[in-house]
Amino acid sequence: MSRADSRSTPLPEAGEPADGLAVAWRATLHRDLVLRLRRPGEVLNPLAFFALVITLFPIGISPEAPLLATIAPGLLWVAALLAALLSLDGVFRDDAEDGSLEQLLLSPQPLPVLALAKVAAHWLLTGLPLALMAPLLGVMLSLPAGSYGVLALSLALGSASLSLIGAIGAALTVGVARGGVLLSLLVLPLYIPVLIFGAGAVQSAILGGGVTAHLAILGALLAASLIFAPFAIAAALRISLNG
Amino acid sequence: MWAFLHKLGSPKEFYAITARWLTPLWLAAVALILAGGVWGLAFAPADYQQGNSFRIIYVHVPAAFLAQSIFVAMAAAGLVFMVWKIKLADMAAAMMAPLGAGMTFVALFSGAVWGVPTWGTWWQWDARLTSMLILFFLYIGVIALRGAFVSREGGARAASVLAMVGVINIPIIKFSVDWWYTLHQPASFSITEKPAMPAEMWLPLLLMVLGFYAFFIAVTLTRTRSEILRRESSKRWVRALVEEGR
Amino acid sequence: MSLRLNARRLACERDDRWLFRDLDLEIRAGEILRVEGPNGSGKTTLLKILSGQLMDHEGEVLWNGIPLRRARRDFLASLLYLGHAPGVKAALTPLENLAWYQALAGEHGDEAARLAALARVGLAGFEDLPAAQLSAGQQRRVALARLELTPRPLWVLDEPFTAIDRDGVAALEARLEAHTARGGSVLVTTHHALRASTRLRRLTLGEGGGDVAR
Repeated sequence: MSRADSRSTPLPEAGEPADGLAVAWRATLHRDLVLRLRRPGEVLNPLAFFALVITLFPIGISPEAPLLATIAPGLLWVAALLAALLSLDGVFRDDAEDGSLEQLLLSPQPLPVLALAKVAAHWLLTGLPLALMAPLLGVMLSLPAGSYGVLALSLALGSASLSLIGAIGAALTVGVARGGVLLSLLVLPLYIPVLIFGAGAVQSAILGGGVTAHLAILGALLAASLIFAPFAIAAALRISLNG
Repeated sequence: MWAFLHKLGSPKEFYAITARWLTPLWLAAVALILAGGVWGLAFAPADYQQGNSFRIIYVHVPAAFLAQSIFVAMAAAGLVFMVWKIKLADMAAAMMAPLGAGMTFVALFSGAVWGVPTWGTWWQWDARLTSMLILFFLYIGVIALRGAFVSREGGARAASVLAMVGVINIPIIKFSVDWWYTLHQPASFSITEKPAMPAEMWLPLLLMVLGFYAFFIAVTLTRTRSEILRRESSKRWVRALVEEGR
Repeated sequence: MSLRLNARRLACERDDRWLFRDLDLEIRAGEILRVEGPNGSGKTTLLKILSGQLMDHEGEVLWNGIPLRRARRDFLASLLYLGHAPGVKAALTPLENLAWYQALAGEHGDEAARLAALARVGLAGFEDLPAAQLSAGQQRRVALARLELTPRPLWVLDEPFTAIDRDGVAALEARLEAHTARGGSVLVTTHHALRASTRLRRLTLGEGGGDVAR
């Protein structure tokens, strides 16, 4: 009871250090990373799903290398996109169930910024690993040499947009029981531009064309998502929690 | 002007004021669609390349216009609802969504029918049709999200946010689909690209487009009015109205 | 220290039914306001409105005389809200849970303070166990440790006694008293009978209900 005497002293004025937002942001990012890493399945399952889906195509279509090589950019991108989508549902749902989302909304820090920390954690442990793993699966699909770097880079850039856009859907459906299918329905149409320019970049690299334009547009999409999505996520979270 | 708009925001006033608009709107819609339809289908000259099959544009083009306009209108209504908390705007948005989805479907279906004589197939991944298909999915998402919420208020807000997110994305989707299309298929015949049309071909089209818009406004007003009665059924003015009607 | 939360002509409608109408209330420094009423009378809804979470209501909520919408940041920096769910992450330890809450408030916080707070709610020795291994009552105590840790003048507590044993209840009651004695204020719903006190006021809901007809 070292601080028992403090009870008789008056309450301190509500105050916080000037870097309060940075503290809250880092702590939220750190917390979400720790939470995911404590349940490694959450990190590994999307990767396994990615590999599995890629395995289905040669079996379902044909194992011929030339055919696989032509469809590989699209396949890799679609499969990675679905794998990232799969893990989105949990971004806010777990927090909503145990009440910590409610507390996040009551933080004096701006909610869009805190939501961005949660999305960043999702991307770091979903989108980024998928991007790093994609070249490996590219080998299995006989993806032509010279496009591996572009594949990883386009996925890393694109999946950040996917996490941001997808989080809007996750925030909108967090109050809906079994919202997983609904989430895909809301989010997939919005993923199409990212898919077009992501797969387009890889395709262009294979054909020997320039990839700068594609990557620049992917970057522009990411910038736009970074600006708009946090506000939409914040609004959606308030709606989902409080009707 | 502001006073009038403010008055329109109240369901009761809206109900009373719009009663006078309904008949002229419905008449205009029927007259325009009949005139444009008969003119376009029976009297306009056949296209020198496509023959008579081009006449499907008299349905396809207005439906496609409307499909996109309704989404924008729905998002605008959502914005009004979110910012000024006018419930009437949400009622209108809720009524627009199925109509917009229907129009998108009509545009898709008429595009497919047009594809048979033109491309020799029911479906071609044409830029316009692909964009339409994505728009259709966006509509379905908005409708499904609204339906998934237990509380009407929550569903209304969520659908508003999604409609606004969608409306920001529609130009991006359109741009990227066009990019994708030019990359993969050298433009042959596209349902979008019409060479310069003579007046006797585009005038009926204009009538049809205007007619479709009048139809949209008339349907939305009519349905919003009945939605007002449903949602406000416990209010005194609605009860009085029902008594009167008896 | 200025602290005044009041509501004017508050009304809230749920599913075409008024939960309450024309509700005026004021919470000043040094007061415990206990909201009472049967299940479904709108206690939680009222607490959510008064903590600025629910916006679709009629009437106004003022924080130190300023509408809540405009005083939001200042208000949230003075508020500690504990809802039905304790807000404790099962995969994190009590210490980690508290660290996040401190950071959310923008504070760096130090471990010694967290340990002391946990000790005061009777969780000494459980600091480093994942919260999943704690009982429901212990998880609730982790949440209650925030009352010790983060100094906020206004506490809004929705059924804080849930799953707490007798000793814990007594300690919490004493804590509420001490908080008001220091000039803080408490807004609380509970089915538990609170000790009578000069600081305690009651508000009973469930009488303003009825049809929406105007």
